[in-house]
Amino acid sequence: MIKMFARYVNLMVITVFILVLLSFMLPYYFPGELLTNISGIVPASEVQAQALEKAFKLDKNGVQQFLFYLNNLISGNWGISSASQLKLYDEIAIALPATIELVFYSLVIAIFVGIPLGFIFGIKHHNPADFSVVTFSIVGYSFPIFWLALLFIILFCLQLNWLPISGRINLLFEVEHHTGFIFIDILKSNFENQSAALIDAFKHALLPTLSVTIVTTALFIRFTRRSTMYVMEKGYIVAARSRGFTLRQIFFKHGIKNALLPILPTMALQISTLITNVMIIETIFSWPGIGHWLIQAIYQQDYPAIRMGMLIVALCVMILTITIEFISRALDPTKDTAERASV
Amino acid sequence: MPKLTSCIFTTHIKQLFILLFASNMLSACSENTSALQNAITFCSESNPGFFNPQLDTSSTTADASAHQIYDRLLEFNPSDGRIEPGLASSWLVSTDGLTYTFQLRRGVEFHTTTYFTPSRNFNADDVIFSFDRWRVSTHPFHDVNGGSYPYFDSLGLKQTIKDIKRINGYRIEITLYKPDSSFLANLATDFAVILSAEYGEHLLSFENPALIDTQPIGTGPYKFVEYRQNQYIRFSRHHEYTLSTSDNEHLIFDITPKSSLRMAKLITGECDAVAFPSQSDLEVIVEREELTLLEKPGLNVGFWAFNTSKAPFNNPKVRHALALAIDKTSLLDAVYLGHASRAKSLVPSASWAYQDDAQEIGYNPVRARELLSEAGIPSNFTMDVWAMPVKRAYNPNAMKMAQLIKRYLADVGVTVNIVSYDWNIFRENLTRGIHDSVLIGWNADNGDPDNFYRPLLTCDAIPSGTNRAMWCNEEYDELIQKALLSDNFEERKVLYKAANKLIFKDTPLVPIAHAFEYQAVRANIKGMQINPFGGIRFDQVERLP
Repeated sequence: MIKMFARYVNLMVITVFILVLLSFMLPYYFPGELLTNISGIVPASEVQAQALEKAFKLDKNGVQQFLFYLNNLISGNWGISSASQLKLYDEIAIALPATIELVFYSLVIAIFVGIPLGFIFGIKHHNPADFSVVTFSIVGYSFPIFWLALLFIILFCLQLNWLPISGRINLLFEVEHHTGFIFIDILKSNFENQSAALIDAFKHALLPTLSVTIVTTALFIRFTRRSTMYVMEKGYIVAARSRGFTLRQIFFKHGIKNALLPILPTMALQISTLITNVMIIETIFSWPGIGHWLIQAIYQQDYPAIRMGMLIVALCVMILTITIEFISRALDPTKDTAERASV
Repeated sequence: MPKLTSCIFTTHIKQLFILLFASNMLSACSENTSALQNAITFCSESNPGFFNPQLDTSSTTADASAHQIYDRLLEFNPSDGRIEPGLASSWLVSTDGLTYTFQLRRGVEFHTTTYFTPSRNFNADDVIFSFDRWRVSTHPFHDVNGGSYPYFDSLGLKQTIKDIKRINGYRIEITLYKPDSSFLANLATDFAVILSAEYGEHLLSFENPALIDTQPIGTGPYKFVEYRQNQYIRFSRHHEYTLSTSDNEHLIFDITPKSSLRMAKLITGECDAVAFPSQSDLEVIVEREELTLLEKPGLNVGFWAFNTSKAPFNNPKVRHALALAIDKTSLLDAVYLGHASRAKSLVPSASWAYQDDAQEIGYNPVRARELLSEAGIPSNFTMDVWAMPVKRAYNPNAMKMAQLIKRYLADVGVTVNIVSYDWNIFRENLTRGIHDSVLIGWNADNGDPDNFYRPLLTCDAIPSGTNRAMWCNEEYDELIQKALLSDNFEERKVLYKAANKLIFKDTPLVPIAHAFEYQAVRANIKGMQINPFGGIRFDQVERLP
């Protein structure tokens, strides 16, 4: 167990190092002035340029520059955006929770809707209800997510006028930034229209969450259903049935646990897809998360922001993936790698 | 202990209920909450450069600051462009036109915000501070945030103003080197805003002068609250504002770069007004009951200019004949899709100098043929029409217009070559004067008619590259100069009328259209007006219950 933990930590450290190294090299390959790409400041004079060069250790050799960069990264000194001249750390601290929020909602719905449905139709498969759920999951899974979002907008926003199109909350509610998670922030801040603000935030979150979660839920349904079917046909289940246990007893005692085993690694695989989807949805719904922020940075050729944003997103995806991998591995130490790969 | 847990539990239950309640409320309409009353959301198109229009001529900057945060000494009346009192309650111009004395309004308060509390009201020091910032290069704020003041620099106002004197706390005197009747109009433009001198000192004492343009303090109808790039700008009402009548408490700029998304948000009610609705959306806005489309002829003119320095276009008869050969009405329909008014002369009806009964050349191909043969134009005559490669309000599709003109001129026996280059090279070549004729236009920055007549057709404007007709007429120049020296509207109107007559007779150019400006708002928003003289205004705007 400890050995495995060490192996995962090792994997994480090496990957993080490579990521950081890549992000360190990016500004050298971006078009434009290196100094501006790194500092986010267009020097007004030669004197300022020299001072900046010194401050960013550009007069030193590559290794020292890298160490300086590493040191800044760790201390939270991430530089400034060339477009807004604000600290990137603060900007990301505002944008990232919005993304995590959306990922969280979608994941919760996918888990609490997708997995139970998968169980039910894994047991009672090949009937009309099962076929319709399977059809739904195929359609949901193969639907282009941005198009789905646009269809939702046309139907619920423009035609029916039920839901707003963009943002996290009506801008008229001045929600102070505490945690960056909108519902918590609303509950934390003291203003008279708290319930109105909650309703408004809920309405804003509904369509983005729905658009992201449909794909993930569909996938979860398929995986769980297939896994359940596979488990329920195993010899030990058949043996238990022949001893007279009810299906319910068998399923809750042996089925769930064994059927769930391959789900967790699937989730790990899905994290990156989910985050990518969330970033696409953010731009469509102007959800002020990291994806939306990164796209804006790309439009504005804000290289310091692009570099830091990419690094942070990559780090998030990587840490989440490796952590879930580790957990699933820890829960299921007996299963060998070859079999896992086949799921 | 159990009591505590149950207490926490109930609050959670309560929150849960709120959420459940939320789902029941879904079918209700989107704007039923009380916080949304007395607030206006405007979907703007991009980020402002600064919150100070002195530094930036872009319309985004002007929209976000000029009429929300600041006031000027003088204001344009949005409907007829006449100059009205702003922070100056009255003014006097000396008979030689060199000395302007402004009496300032008393009791005007600057904004009290979280970052600054003013200790005194607006007075002469603020005017001097604001003007000296761009005028005097040794001023402590001159070089702050770039130190370039594009509007004032382009007009050479620095060179026009000799001195600004404080006579007493509420009276200032500005002396000029030479008379300039558009001077008052320049003081009423978006760019001539009044900043707070006290705030300037306050920032200097904190050694952070750059904040003056990012955390602004002014006297305008709204106070600056918060700005998040690419997301929003928040303003709240300046309760001590004396000039406004609206009850609106909050103003929000929701920054939405995509025009289609702005339109969608207008339909869902997330925006109450949007910037720059696209031409293709105009129909939709008109069709929908909950939306209102405001339109107004803009301060622009699209025209067809002949290169009068080149034969045979140096012959007024030829120019007149060519003007007779085209049907303006069909150009308006086909190119502007009806979103423009017919131009009779240079200035549009939004200007006080607009002449309703100006003569214009109608469509008469028979007469055009006669004139051409009188002028000795051979039957196989070929000419160039330059069509500008970019889209502008005053000419949304120059290429299409050129093709139509080609057909019309073919009817009178003239063959047309359509020419177009890259926009920068196009303008360079125009200034060199190698064109035969060109389809182009002009957008004015202030309400003064001089801003049309002078740059478009005077002799001095040939080298500076705005006189596309290369037309130099002494009589015309004299009229325009005379009009500038006079500050009597009626007198100036007569002079501009004479200039119109000269343009008609000599036909250096054919005025075609004044394109409309559009503003889309929701029907329950009252008091919105298009301001053809610059940035959008919200001082009179409010939401109807």
